[in-house]
Amino acid sequence: MPENETIQGLDLDEYKYDFVTEVDPVYRAQRGLSEEVVRQISQHKEEPDWMLDFRLKALEVYESKPMPKWGGDLDGLEQVLDEIYFYVRPQDRMQHSWEDVPDEIKDTFEKLGIPEAEREVLAGVGAQYESEMVYHSLREEWEKQGVIFDSIEDGLKNHPELFREHFGTIIPTADNKFSAMNSAVWSGGSFVYIPKGVSLDTPLQAYFRVNQERMGQFERTLIIVDEGAQAHYIEGCTAPVYSTESFHSGVIEIVVKKNARFRYTTIQNWSNNMYNLVTQRAIVEEGANMEWLDGNLGSKLTMKYPSCYLMGEGAHGEILSIAYSGDGQHQDTGGKVVHAAPHTTSSIVSKSISKGHGRSTYRGLLKVHEGAHHARSNVECDALLINETSRTDTYPYIEIEENDANVGHEASVSRIGEEQLFYLTSRGIPEDEAMAMIVRGFIEPIAKELPLEYAVELNRLIELEMEGSVG
Amino acid sequence: MTDASILRIEGLEAKVADEDLSILKGLTLDIGKGEIHAIMGPNGSGKSTLAKVLAGHPGYEATMGSVEFRGADLLDLEADERSQAGVFLAFQYPVEIPGVSIANFLRTAVQAHLPEDEELDVFDFTDILMERMEMLEMDVAFAERHVNDGFSGGEKKRNEILQMAMLKPKLAVMDETDSGLDIDALKIVASGVNKLSEEDPEMSVLLITHYQRLLDYIKPDFVHVMVDGRIVKSGGPEVALELEAGGYSEFETASAS
Ligand SMILES: Nc1ncnc2c1ncn2[C@@H]1O[C@H](COP(=O)(O)OP(=O)(O)O)[C@@H](O)[C@H]1O
Ligand SMILES: [Mg+2]
Repeated sequence: MPENETIQGLDLDEYKYDFVTEVDPVYRAQRGLSEEVVRQISQHKEEPDWMLDFRLKALEVYESKPMPKWGGDLDGLEQVLDEIYFYVRPQDRMQHSWEDVPDEIKDTFEKLGIPEAEREVLAGVGAQYESEMVYHSLREEWEKQGVIFDSIEDGLKNHPELFREHFGTIIPTADNKFSAMNSAVWSGGSFVYIPKGVSLDTPLQAYFRVNQERMGQFERTLIIVDEGAQAHYIEGCTAPVYSTESFHSGVIEIVVKKNARFRYTTIQNWSNNMYNLVTQRAIVEEGANMEWLDGNLGSKLTMKYPSCYLMGEGAHGEILSIAYSGDGQHQDTGGKVVHAAPHTTSSIVSKSISKGHGRSTYRGLLKVHEGAHHARSNVECDALLINETSRTDTYPYIEIEENDANVGHEASVSRIGEEQLFYLTSRGIPEDEAMAMIVRGFIEPIAKELPLEYAVELNRLIELEMEGSVG
Repeated sequence: MTDASILRIEGLEAKVADEDLSILKGLTLDIGKGEIHAIMGPNGSGKSTLAKVLAGHPGYEATMGSVEFRGADLLDLEADERSQAGVFLAFQYPVEIPGVSIANFLRTAVQAHLPEDEELDVFDFTDILMERMEMLEMDVAFAERHVNDGFSGGEKKRNEILQMAMLKPKLAVMDETDSGLDIDALKIVASGVNKLSEEDPEMSVLLITHYQRLLDYIKPDFVHVMVDGRIVKSGGPEVALELEAGGYSEFETASAS
């Protein structure tokens, strides 16, 4: 449908035009990144001096680091970065209208059955939306137990000591160019603290929090799970997130203290113009357990490798990921586990699906440090290719400094076979439904770990993606 | 048997789709409503190809002849449409679909057989599935296993009959369903097929087999011998017994000369 694409492109341009002319410029930072922009952000947020210093140092680090040469194709990125606004106040972000949202995305909302009110928020055009009642009763319950679930800005304001003790310690500013960028201009995200021994049955859903912040381009999240605590945090949903901005770079820092258990689930479906470069890392202490469950759909390029640093004896880390790439998309994802203590265990399971001219890359690092004796790890990455033109690559890096480490690695690439399709169609199942069924089966080991409503949405989304993939 | 015919194959020639390899070389066969036919023949004679061509496998191409199924041109339909029209193929080598449960797979298939505006009642479906599994002496837990994934040979074959029992075809083509079954499993499978025949006396069956053994349990009305892509002899059940005694050598020399 080349016509639609043109119309969509026009809408985007029009929007940019509106933005420049109609919004009061006083509240908006200028295009591109500069010291002035960073100072403005800090000033608008009424931050303490130490945070301004932190941001300014980060800016220097960002400027000193070259663009990464590995991973996806970042050639177009420099230009994008010169043109975007690094800070847009949430109220300014809402200036464009529902009419500007591409039909393709509206159509997907329709098909997914997303309620009207939520569609507008997801598309970035609605006023903030909260599932008030559900959220507030949960919130009261949590507050009684001393759980903190706030925006990152409120975290800094209301819990300054706890915040400062951990902020930027799990992912140092200089970790990579984009963590440095985020450290300079971060805005939006969550601050979570689960007190010692507290166990939450209901997942903390970022969705219930103020939505417009979740859509920040430079979200920053800090989560502290104290000793013996247990919780599950879920971010995102399978509905496509429409954003007129074409760059998203988040930093997610998590500490899982002694004997605590934590799972972080993200499902994200970005619009196809998006560069999505995210750094996610968890420090896992003695006897603690950390799981990343990561679903990446959409975007032009995603580079994202959730990591677990197993710092205490007997710590366990797990990374489960699903990536889907369609035409013009590249998902460069995987995981990283560092075994830095004895008897630590880890598992990485990565499943990717490439359709049309889509490309998926698995990139993983498994490191066992000297002294981390009796480490055990298993890595499994499976790629499914839908068409002849689809592509996948695997880069599993393994560095082991202990002889008794027990490390397993399996990789597979499969195509949807003619025989599988014939088997299903010979039972009366139409070909595109058969295709979706095979894909769903392929990701089942991960999808079954999702809360039911997410799994259902994911399945429906895959069905939509498979429509018209035949022939 | 003209009016009561369900499947009429006339001079069918078929080849591998992307190659110049012809396998069926002028095959003619007429099956009446409610009849049970058996096709026997040496390895490589084209029996499975016939089965797949009937079911609409895209890897084969019919180049000559015609196939009429319940009065319609079968070759005109896609595989899913043929199934919906009442053709069922029990595969010689059932295919694994990891991550998809039998219950889910069958629900989707049964739904696909309903008219477009009709929604399958999940409770009715479950009742029927349980009843069918009991008939085939299958454990309830089987429904939650992934389609053919890690199944033994016998489990795969039984799973084919379960699908047949759920879809209630008008024509069941069973490709070497007996191979890989021990005698107890063979009896269960055969009695399942016989019960389905009793339920629907108009259901026709085309049994493809190597051995007389299966025919002791499912009694054919007609037996055909297939060699090198053609039917070279047809008759009653006695043909199978003659083959059991004499083998195919007589026919192979005949077709070679
Ligand atoms: N897709 C195919 N590609 C190449 N050769 C094939 C293909 N399918 C069948 N054949 C060949 O056609 C012949 C008949 O095969 P088949 O129908 O499986 O025989 P049968 O079931 O009677 O043993 C065999 O020689 C087989 O190797
Ligand atoms: Mg065969």
